[in-house]
Amino acid sequence: MKSSQIANLIRSLLRQPQSALGTLLVLFFLLPALFGPQLAPYANPNDQSHDARQPPTLDIGALQLGEYPFGTDRLGRDVYSRVILGASSIFRIAGLGTLVSVVLGSALGLFMGYAGGWVDEILGRVIDALLAIPALLLALVLVGIIRNLDFAAGSWQAGLADNVVLLVISALYIPIVARVARSATLDIKTREFVEAAEIRGESKLYIIFREIMPSVIPSLVVEASLRFSYAIFLVASLGFLGFGARPPSPDWGLMVNENRGGFYQLTPWALEFPALAIAVLVIAVNLMSDGIRRSVQKGA
Amino acid sequence: MLHFLRRRFIFFFFTYLLSSLMIFLLLRVLPGDPARVIAGGREATEAQVEEIRDQLGLNAAMPQQYLTWLGDFLRGEWGETIAFRGARNRQLISERAVNSARLAAVALLLSVPISLVLGVIAGLSENKLPDILISLLTLSVVSLPEFVTGLFLINIVALRWGRGALAEALGWWFPSSSAVPANASFSEMLPALWLPAIAATLVLLAYISRLTRAGVIEELKRDYVRTAALKGIAWRTVIWRHVLRNALLPTITVIAISITWLISGLVVIEVVFGFPGLGSLLIAAIERRDLLLVQAIVMVTVTIILFANLFADMAYALLNPRVRLE
Repeated sequence: MKSSQIANLIRSLLRQPQSALGTLLVLFFLLPALFGPQLAPYANPNDQSHDARQPPTLDIGALQLGEYPFGTDRLGRDVYSRVILGASSIFRIAGLGTLVSVVLGSALGLFMGYAGGWVDEILGRVIDALLAIPALLLALVLVGIIRNLDFAAGSWQAGLADNVVLLVISALYIPIVARVARSATLDIKTREFVEAAEIRGESKLYIIFREIMPSVIPSLVVEASLRFSYAIFLVASLGFLGFGARPPSPDWGLMVNENRGGFYQLTPWALEFPALAIAVLVIAVNLMSDGIRRSVQKGA
Repeated sequence: MLHFLRRRFIFFFFTYLLSSLMIFLLLRVLPGDPARVIAGGREATEAQVEEIRDQLGLNAAMPQQYLTWLGDFLRGEWGETIAFRGARNRQLISERAVNSARLAAVALLLSVPISLVLGVIAGLSENKLPDILISLLTLSVVSLPEFVTGLFLINIVALRWGRGALAEALGWWFPSSSAVPANASFSEMLPALWLPAIAATLVLLAYISRLTRAGVIEELKRDYVRTAALKGIAWRTVIWRHVLRNALLPTITVIAISITWLISGLVVIEVVFGFPGLGSLLIAAIERRDLLLVQAIVMVTVTIILFANLFADMAYALLNPRVRLE
């Protein structure tokens, strides 16, 4: 995809009101994700030096934040700071997970589609069988097992276990992306320009990456944006179920889980603000990725 | 038709075998020793680990282990739970599966008609106001994570609106948790079913209605629709007789596929509402490292999903001759 095409995509995203709103909101959420420690009033998310259970001081009408805009939780932590600091992990895990799965999945799909024959047949069946297991179930089982394994602290396995959600999301989405890339490749590989390259005697790798891939990229862009919105959803759900970040990390899903039930009566704001952040982010990402799909399909 | 059925059955068995192999390998090949995990990690003595390894048949060769395990599963011998002492996995799972099936049935009964209507309205008014409103609705409210909508339903609907003066006047009452005994009968469970069922309905609504919309739009572009309209048949008749009949046929497949979605959604919803279903059992089993129970639950889910897909394809082929003649 050339830079002019990217500019076109962004322009058409901003032209439709729905996707413009979604894109701007996602950009807005990127601010705390990138500059969280600078933006948060208290850079340490576990600073318990505040009075516990303070109600929110945010006054939208007067545009004032006050001392504790989102209140403090039952342990005396500033909820506003925690929500701001929690943005980076959800973006990092969902973003990197999408990136890894799109890169590896596309390579696999291009290879399957171009090679065809029994390689494609066997890999295709394995992917079918994998997709029969719901992604959330597979993620729960994998995260649950890998986290319970005992690794010596500091070893490379322990490093992997710390990033287990990222690894599992990448692994789960590789076959899904591969399927999309494969069917797009099947469509392209019968075109004349591919045949011409074959007759010229180009290598397989050259044909896959220089001839076929540029035409497959639009469908991959759509798939990547879709994967990103599902990844955000999955990270939040895993965090809520207690299979994501461990306490006391300021993960949004985890914060919602820690403050539900009886604690909700005590400090409703400690649940409502992270839940609101998740809700707005999920809606924004959905509106944006729907816009990307529409623009790419219109352009094709 | 016979040729189609034979191919479809071979595909079913192959996928089933491969999925079961993956579920088996998932818990065997990963780094770490499952026997040690079950025995309690690093604190367990070597003798305890060895005993569990014997019990699970982990000393046999891998292919033999797989065949024994699959055979046991198919014969309904799913072993004893470690996490819930005194119960057998099969009894535990079937009790919870019935509860989840009740929840799923109520959710499907609510969501399928509503989402078909929404999808058809959106499809017939492509890019006009109703379509834009419906797509905004399905993209936003309905695409929220289940725990957000679930907690909203509990904290706002059940605790604030469901118990106030208005609720008393109308005779409403929404329990905020579905904490009913796991072996309650359907009528005993029904009051506790509504809120989780509404949360599950929202999961399906977006999915089914968007696919229905796409089907209607595709069907409207066909030549036979133009022919029928030019022939002078009333537009209303063209829609009811021709377009909808063809556009709604793939819904059978859509509903079957949406079962996969529903199952993931139910895991979260059951945890949010404390509902005694298969999803909350899975979470408890993973947390308590009961690997046999985890395997059995995932196998049961995969069995349900693959059978749903098989039946949907067969029903579709029965109704649509083009599929079976291909």
